Amino acid sequence: MKIGTPREVFSGEARVAMTPDSALQLQKLGHECLIETGAGKAAGFSDAAYAEAGVEVVKSADKLWKTAEIVAKVRPPNQKEAARLREGQTLISFFYPGANEDLMKKVADQGASVIAMDMVPRISRAQKMDALSSMANIAGYRSVIEAGNNFGRFFTGQVTAAGKVPPAKVLVVGAGVAGLAAIGTATSLGAITYAFDVRPEVAEQIESMGAEFVFLDFEESSQDGAATGGYAAPSSPEFREKQLEKFRELAPDMDIVITTALIPNRDAPVLWTKDMVEAMKPGSVIVDLAAERGGNCELTVPDDKIVTDNGVTIVGYTDFPSRMAAQSSTLYATNIRHMMTDLTPEKDGQVVHNMEDDVIRGATIAHENEVTFPPPPPKVQAIAAQPKKEAPKELTPEEKRALEQAAFRKQTKTQAAILGAGGVLMLLLGQIAPPSFMESLIVFALACFVGFQVIWNVSHSLHTPLMAVTNAISGIIILGAVLQIGSGNWIVVLLAAISVLIATINIVGGFLVTRRMLAMFQKS
Amino acid sequence: MVSAAAIAASILFILSLGGLSDQERAKRAVWYGIIGMAFAVAFTALGPAIGNYWLMIPMIIIGAVAGWYVAKRVEMTEMPQLVAALHSFVGLAAVFVAWNADIERRRVLSALADGESTDGFSAFAALVATKEPAELMFLQIEVVLAIFIGAVTFTGSVIAFGKLAGKIDGKPRQLPGGHMLNAGAALVCLLLAIVYLSGGGFWTLLVLAALSFFIGYHLIMGIGGADMPVVVSMLNSYSGWAAAAIGFTLSNDLLIVTGALVGSSGAILSYIMCKAMNRSFISVILGGFGGTAGPAQEIDGEQVAIDADGVASALDDADSVIIVPGYGMAVAQAQQSVSELTKRLRAKGKQVRFAIHPVAGRLPGHMNVLLAEAKVPYDIVLEMDEINDDFPETDVVIVIGSNDIVNPAAQDDPNSPIAGMPVLEVWKAKQVFVSKRGQGTGYSGIENPLFFKDNTRMFYGDAKASLDNLLTKIG
Repeated sequence: MKIGTPREVFSGEARVAMTPDSALQLQKLGHECLIETGAGKAAGFSDAAYAEAGVEVVKSADKLWKTAEIVAKVRPPNQKEAARLREGQTLISFFYPGANEDLMKKVADQGASVIAMDMVPRISRAQKMDALSSMANIAGYRSVIEAGNNFGRFFTGQVTAAGKVPPAKVLVVGAGVAGLAAIGTATSLGAITYAFDVRPEVAEQIESMGAEFVFLDFEESSQDGAATGGYAAPSSPEFREKQLEKFRELAPDMDIVITTALIPNRDAPVLWTKDMVEAMKPGSVIVDLAAERGGNCELTVPDDKIVTDNGVTIVGYTDFPSRMAAQSSTLYATNIRHMMTDLTPEKDGQVVHNMEDDVIRGATIAHENEVTFPPPPPKVQAIAAQPKKEAPKELTPEEKRALEQAAFRKQTKTQAAILGAGGVLMLLLGQIAPPSFMESLIVFALACFVGFQVIWNVSHSLHTPLMAVTNAISGIIILGAVLQIGSGNWIVVLLAAISVLIATINIVGGFLVTRRMLAMFQKS
Repeated sequence: MVSAAAIAASILFILSLGGLSDQERAKRAVWYGIIGMAFAVAFTALGPAIGNYWLMIPMIIIGAVAGWYVAKRVEMTEMPQLVAALHSFVGLAAVFVAWNADIERRRVLSALADGESTDGFSAFAALVATKEPAELMFLQIEVVLAIFIGAVTFTGSVIAFGKLAGKIDGKPRQLPGGHMLNAGAALVCLLLAIVYLSGGGFWTLLVLAALSFFIGYHLIMGIGGADMPVVVSMLNSYSGWAAAAIGFTLSNDLLIVTGALVGSSGAILSYIMCKAMNRSFISVILGGFGGTAGPAQEIDGEQVAIDADGVASALDDADSVIIVPGYGMAVAQAQQSVSELTKRLRAKGKQVRFAIHPVAGRLPGHMNVLLAEAKVPYDIVLEMDEINDDFPETDVVIVIGSNDIVNPAAQDDPNSPIAGMPVLEVWKAKQVFVSKRGQGTGYSGIENPLFFKDNTRMFYGDAKASLDNLLTKIG
């Protein structure tokens, strides 16, 4: 199949959906690759680089849309591009079908298939094509860089000859992919980083990235991220109140605030109100990654950077990934390539649009003249439900003592019972058994006890030598054969002789192999 | 003199086993055992009324040469087979000695009945001649026990040997009738014993032995390859009890003491192995895994493969590494490569340790011996309990040829057949590499969710080949 990537027409968009590297991989799947001239220029990929990778460089967008059977791009198509789609053609791009229903209908009517990269379900298998995550990761990184660009001080604390510099304090609100990336970037630049999220189960992830989890003391059945496919859900008014109170308390201390809180299919919740901005120190920076959905900060102006009266910079850009076009193009192109791998199971250049596959089904929003959005719920849960953890009951010292005593008494009782039963059995046996047998039995019982005591102390690592040495000494059965070999009966002599032979193999073999093994154990 | 030697030998044997609590002391302790054995054999052989030295001494010499040859030649990976083979010898010797005991008893009785002199009988026969009827009755019971235990040990060990050496298919296999067949055979054995005790002929003992041979064969055929650690330690225990039973027959205290020591040692090992698999001894012996309580948890995700370059770069970045070896390492003979990898990583100042699950391999302590052979220092080879808490702070875990012992389903999935079995918590480490031949399941046939975890990468291929490939990337 021919996969083509046109130049992005959205103004300011620098990303491209195919890189020379991804093109090489796509060709391995048996596809042919086309690119519109200059498509990769803004991301740093020249036409020459594409040509070298075996990609056919097409002069005009028109020709590309006509030739390509699969069109891969970044932004959702505009009206003009949508009109170019034809029957049987497949478009792979971001689409935001929830917000673009008319466009989706139109495309479906034209008979084209659309795979929306923003609809890839969030299951482990699909992680490699989760473009939202890879873009969010870049946005999180870039948000810290953007903040640093507008922040007049160091991130890391330093003691210099010219005086002491305190470290910057960064608060990250919302610990999704972008939030975690921001935390990682901020901590590695040396800032003291705090992070907040409504899902308590991400506390561990936050701490693993080196930030401090802002703990909210609130009695409510905490949100279980698993129920919503790993995304946050709206919280109760009481919870929100408590949350804002906490932010208000933190605001004067924070130098940089990065907000990433989004709830699927809703406007971004306002978490950083006007009074919090006013409480911040001059020179502080707020980066609002939710600007596209209205912003988490009350004062955010989407697509713009403003400075408030009290000197706080609020960055509301919505094109962070595009600002790092080389990186985001590489990742996005890889996501597309993985999608194509799934669509080309035989690696023979033939696309199989398997609507039974959870991932392909979930991402496809238009197929065979029909709108296939929203998809049915996936067959597998995105994330295993958190088992309700019950804290083990703390025991008071008295209870513990009582329990220990009870256990001890029980043990004493069982031991006494076993000893008693054993004693009675011995007495009964003593009535019928001859004394010589009883003597042997005493020896036997004592030897068993000694054996148990001794063997428990054997180190686990020496169990194989232990088996070999017990093998050797169980060759002691040779004594029985030796005692019988002097018999006058030839059968007895023969059997005894064989027994002597094999018991000796046992003894010599067992001891020698034990010695060999033990000699191998070396200390470092 | 003989009793003095017996006491000395018993004490030396106990010291020899006790010395195994520590690697350095063990090297000395094994000499105690050798001296004890030399004492016991020498004084018994030189005792009164032994005779037929012309036969005995060549036999001892041949046996010693054969034993020496085997011990020198055996590969450490073949230790499980060797141990099983040696068990079978003890079992067979026990059966022979017990038969002899009965033949001698009959001869002595008939000689006494005819009023003949017992001069010229073996030392054992002379002893029998002094026994009272009640004692003779007990002697017969002991003979039956010795034959039964000895015969089961013999065929059981032969089958275990065959399975471990790969000469017999390792899968559990039983004749139609299953355990009822065993139970029936055991019942017939009991009847035969009663017939024998009430004056039955020698044939009862032959049939008894034949049936016991069958039980040993059928019992171990029904047990799968990965349960072999338990089987081998159980047979170890049986060989001890067989020796003890012979000791009773011959009224020889040294045999009783030694048999009891070996028997309890094997019993403890079996107990430890069963505990490590969270299964009862009975369920292991009866073979196969018990039925599951419900459908296993669905596993979501995929196994992500990685090549040697990826593993090498991860190892380069890691500060602490834990290697978890399993039977697969022994099969691939990869221990030398593992040792070389350890040496190189340690030379770079990384902390490298080994985590050994009690049932890793086919013999208790098998992995320790293999690593020791490859010159891995024993102080970095740790037991499960010692190292399990350290996984969360570990950068890289390399799992080589183990499966069930690192299966998180044992903890997470109450319906899993191995639920509750203590496992090495490797998935808590930052990154896990699993060296494995292919995508199959382990011995138990249980899917391992570890392979699907986000921090797990599958390093497919023969363990030795992949490690050698990896070594070329690590300078």
